[in-house]
Amino acid sequence: MRSLGKYLIFIYNLFVRRETFRTYVKLSFDEAIKVGYDSLFIVLIVSVFLGAVTTIQTAYNLISPLIPDPVISLVVRDMTILELSPTIIAIVYAGKVGSNIAGELGTMRITEQIDALEVMGINAISYLVLPKIIASVLMFPLLVILSGFCAIYSGFLTSLVTGVISGEDYLTGIQLDFNEFGVVFAMIKALVYGYLVATISAYKGFYTSGGALEVGQSSTNAVTSSCIAILVADYSLAYMLAPFLTPS
Amino acid sequence: MIEIQNISKSFDGKQVLFEISGIFEKGKCNLIIGTSGTGKSVLLKCMVALLPPDVGNVLYDNRDFTHGDKQLQTDVRREIGMLFQGGALFDSKSVEENVMFPLDILTEMPSDEKLDRVNFCLERVGLENINKKMPSEISGGMKKRVGIARAMVNNPNYLFCDEPNSGLDPQTAIRIDSLIKEITDEYKITTVVVTHDMNSVLEIGDHILYIFEGRKLWEGDNKHIMESGVKELDDFVFANRMMRMVKDRSA
Repeated sequence: MRSLGKYLIFIYNLFVRRETFRTYVKLSFDEAIKVGYDSLFIVLIVSVFLGAVTTIQTAYNLISPLIPDPVISLVVRDMTILELSPTIIAIVYAGKVGSNIAGELGTMRITEQIDALEVMGINAISYLVLPKIIASVLMFPLLVILSGFCAIYSGFLTSLVTGVISGEDYLTGIQLDFNEFGVVFAMIKALVYGYLVATISAYKGFYTSGGALEVGQSSTNAVTSSCIAILVADYSLAYMLAPFLTPS
Repeated sequence: MIEIQNISKSFDGKQVLFEISGIFEKGKCNLIIGTSGTGKSVLLKCMVALLPPDVGNVLYDNRDFTHGDKQLQTDVRREIGMLFQGGALFDSKSVEENVMFPLDILTEMPSDEKLDRVNFCLERVGLENINKKMPSEISGGMKKRVGIARAMVNNPNYLFCDEPNSGLDPQTAIRIDSLIKEITDEYKITTVVVTHDMNSVLEIGDHILYIFEGRKLWEGDNKHIMESGVKELDDFVFANRMMRMVKDRSA
């Protein structure tokens, strides 16, 4: 409870004694490159393999004359949009971006760079953390869109290469019974995960005390806590929003 | 002028500062000295509100910084320059960007004026042509001097230095001390230096506050420190062989 209270005060402090709008625009842009552009490679690699593996495994699990082949790509599509792209990529994102945020802020703390900002009369929480949150909330949904596209396209290529399903059936399946709310659902998840990873990691890093060992611990804690928060949020969002996916 | 009144501070029930009071005058190098772990840096952090004191006040030219509202605290902080023990330069910024940082954030100065000011400050601390270097590319002594340039770039009224010459060779340490002294005299600012270096004490100690186990034991200047008559201070001052030889000779 004490940690939760401290976390909430931390969030409150993001919005008091702010710097100029122009300052945040520049900082947020720099952070967007770090959290978005620099994560492209790992997101693409993971997404391509997610799509490929999901296609093969679904195909082998649905071998039945009673199940038409397009159902395989329908399952791949729904799994990718609703779960794999937002949630699995969020776990990967927590590992890459979350540890980076915690490590950066932790190092700034132990080398007195944060104290230097405070002494200058700058709200260090707002100055350092708010741009990271803005960048994360803006960039993570874009990464999820890209991931979804890559995973589904990779499934298509896998079907062509392996022949577990014909290309035509795959394309038919991904258009079958498409519910647009699935994409909205994925975007809501992406916004929530982007926010959780940035705030939790920043919180863990900002309150680091000690030396290099503690910076490492903060990074590990940031990733662990972010993953737990992502899974809890995943369950909560599924419970709240899944009814909207059911065809009326 | 900075006045501290009855500053006490404890961590997890362990008291580290006991009702410390003192006045740090303008235009003087005010030193807080003492052995390691005696509470000097904690006192300094209480003075700049990086740590809130449990009891007591800090007054900046009669403005109650400790109990003032957020706006007053921000205003006072913008008149403060601080040199940290390790320099505390921002790793991701070049030397020029580090020194320019307070101007970028706290002023509306045009870019060319800011650059002129940065170059002036870097020149003042004896560092030219290193504007584009990153902190990782310069030595410890240079980092300290960049830290001083950053601290003075915004024309502060108060300058705080936390162990400015720790980890430096004696020649560079003397250079840093001289620089702090020159800046204090030139701009008539209130300077507070935390140190345990006896060279600094003798070179620049216009006003000295000696702290032992969280208590103020002695206050004076560098001319009288050798004849304080306080045993703990004598043990500190004459801890090294050279100082003992100086004492024996003068006796």
